[in-house]
Amino acid sequence: MNVLMTGVGGQGIILASDILSEVVMRAGFDVKKSEIHGMAQRGGSVMSHVRFAGEVASPLIPYGCCDILVSFEELEAARYPPYMNGGTTVIVNRFRLAPPSVIAGKEPYPDVVPILKGCSGNVYLADGTAVAQALGERRALNLVLMGVLSKFIEIPETLWAEVIADMVPERIREVNLEAFKRGRTIDLVRT
Amino acid sequence: MKKILSGNEAVARGAFEAGVSFAAAYPGTPSTEILETISELYKDIHAEWAPNEKVALEAAVGASYTGARALAVMKHVGVNVAADPLMTLPYTLVRGGIVLVSADDPELFSSQNEQDNRHYARFAKIALLEPSSSQEAKDFTVEAFKISEEFGTPVMLRTTTRISHSMGVVELGEASPMKAPTLERHPAEWVMLPANARRRHPVIEERILALKKFAETTPLNRIEMSDASLGIIASGVAYQYAKEAFPNASFLKLGMPYPLPERLVRDFASRVKDLWIIEELDPFVEEMVKALGIPCRGKERVPLCGELNPDIVKAAVLGLEIPRPAPQALPPRPPSMCPGCPHRAMLYALKRNKCFIAGDIGCYTLGFLPPLDAIDTCLCMGAGINHAHGMSKVFGPGEQKIAAVIGDSTFFHSGITGLANLAYNSGCALVVILDNRTTAMTGSQNHPGTGVTISGEKTTDIDLESLVKALGIPWVRTVNPYAVNETRQAVKEALDSKGPAVIISRAPCVLLKTRAVPGTVLEVDPETCTGCKVCISLGCPALEFDGEKAHINGVCVGCNVCAEICPAGAIGGGS
Ligand SMILES: Cc1ncc(C[n+]2csc(CCOP(=O)(O)OP(=O)(O)O)c2C)c(N)n1
Repeated sequence: MNVLMTGVGGQGIILASDILSEVVMRAGFDVKKSEIHGMAQRGGSVMSHVRFAGEVASPLIPYGCCDILVSFEELEAARYPPYMNGGTTVIVNRFRLAPPSVIAGKEPYPDVVPILKGCSGNVYLADGTAVAQALGERRALNLVLMGVLSKFIEIPETLWAEVIADMVPERIREVNLEAFKRGRTIDLVRT
Repeated sequence: MKKILSGNEAVARGAFEAGVSFAAAYPGTPSTEILETISELYKDIHAEWAPNEKVALEAAVGASYTGARALAVMKHVGVNVAADPLMTLPYTLVRGGIVLVSADDPELFSSQNEQDNRHYARFAKIALLEPSSSQEAKDFTVEAFKISEEFGTPVMLRTTTRISHSMGVVELGEASPMKAPTLERHPAEWVMLPANARRRHPVIEERILALKKFAETTPLNRIEMSDASLGIIASGVAYQYAKEAFPNASFLKLGMPYPLPERLVRDFASRVKDLWIIEELDPFVEEMVKALGIPCRGKERVPLCGELNPDIVKAAVLGLEIPRPAPQALPPRPPSMCPGCPHRAMLYALKRNKCFIAGDIGCYTLGFLPPLDAIDTCLCMGAGINHAHGMSKVFGPGEQKIAAVIGDSTFFHSGITGLANLAYNSGCALVVILDNRTTAMTGSQNHPGTGVTISGEKTTDIDLESLVKALGIPWVRTVNPYAVNETRQAVKEALDSKGPAVIISRAPCVLLKTRAVPGTVLEVDPETCTGCKVCISLGCPALEFDGEKAHINGVCVGCNVCAEICPAGAIGGGS
């Protein structure tokens, strides 16, 4: 199974992909994950590849082989068509962070839904940011989206909860577990 | 026990399992987390940030002269800085194992070039190990120390970004005890005067033959026979890409590509029909194989530039067009300086004074991006001051406004000698030291100017003002870059001095707890805003323009620089 997580530096993608990797390892899979985080803090695009199977060779997902794309931000979902195929499950968090050229008023923020629908027939929108905000913890967005993702991967919820409890600092454990739970029951809008 | 580790964490674990006593590094993506992990998890190992890579390697060599095992870690271009000790080190006697980690960056994710440091191993005539996974990153680190001591050679462990920053499952091993240091003298082997070095050179040549013999039989190199119609020789992450692309092919996996195991290569070549060498960047292995007279293919199809992936490897071998994702019509999202970054205010002051700005490497290099558009050169660490000096000597004094900017970490890395030169040879340039109290670009590491070590202990901090004065710079001033008018005035006076001048622009990085911004979000009064876009020219991610007026979004931290430069006085307050 090949999962691509995309978004913007600072959205918590790295912890999210760490959690997914740990969950699948504990479920008995070999796992590899690769990401570029050299300048992640500086607000640039971030992408993390997570691959799990009996044995995984390449840490990078081959083109056309992404099974699930989870994007933490709308525009970032549309940057990776080469990895998608007609059956890729695409989960897009409804959140827009304007890139520099949009901020400067040079171009509009693009509507990415048509691009995504051109790549795959399984595009879902989820308002994870609203769920995190309702919890009073914006930074729990990553766990909300892991909750959404967990519905597409056949691994018991208890194992996810166990890993989250192990990997998230005590102080924010409860809110993150709750975020994960709410992610599992979020309204997914198929477009 | 099994754990998921990045390649960098795995190298750190390997150092622990190998009983390393001393580890030194200068930060640099993708290598930085190795020393950070050692410092955080394996506290018995003495870990230290060196001011630069040459210092790191030389200190590690000193530690190994006691019989203890020592590790030096750097990114690929760091090895250029450490190349002087590296090239003579093989002449000297090895007591404790000495291993150099070079983390290369094919595709230049965060580097100024994509040089292939495997050449350094051959250049210095030392053993080269290349792991293909996190598990191997750990195991090969342990093995590197064994080889170093058994053969009396420094060993280079070369990783790439996709090894350093990829995570994989690692079976952990036991730690071996550290070696107790003893003081010995070996002047004939440690004092590299011509007479001694001349005698040591044949030792290197014999050693490389012994290593070659070892390479023939070590399990680091292995043949995996399967379908004999396609044979692939590969190492590093390229091995994994080739495995993904051709799971049924036969492989010669080289964990130790240098010195090349000649017999093993010949044996493998004789057992396969079509022989391919799959490697990132240069045809390092390919040229050695071809020099043996063995027909093979590689760089005639495999790209020389950028990183590989399974699809590129597949296309290369099958003779298909190399896949390159089409350029996107989407708005790009490059990394940028943070809202409230003190560098932005200082660069703006230099721009307003119409300076040519010789740049250097650090977060401030991002000031190159529009609309700030404030960096005119960037070659390598420490180069900016010297560019400015050279330019100023060709022009007459004061003929052009020439400035250089350099971060505090970069100044301690390789700026001090340049500043001494500027003073000594009376260059007419303004050097701005962007003192944000950290090495920000690589994730906020301490350095000799911060007064804190990697483990968080307090230590002496170098006083920049005294240092700059001691180097002989006649005009020195420290400014708070957020004080816009004062800063612009200082730049003007420095340029008017028509001699070597230094401004220390001091304000902590906004990602540090000690940051000097209030964290409040400012507001634009839409009635007063004239839409002149002066604030937008700062390139701050907090400032948006809707076509008529400016707005400030929630990422603002209240540095107030836009408010100070707004000609209409439309920005202020906030909550
Ligand atoms: C020889 C070499 N070593 C390391 C690096 C990686 N690197 C790039 S910038 C930088 C330091 C930046 O710190 P500083 O100069 O203080 O500027 P800041 O990022 O804090 O603004 C480092 C370590 C490099 N590019 N070249």
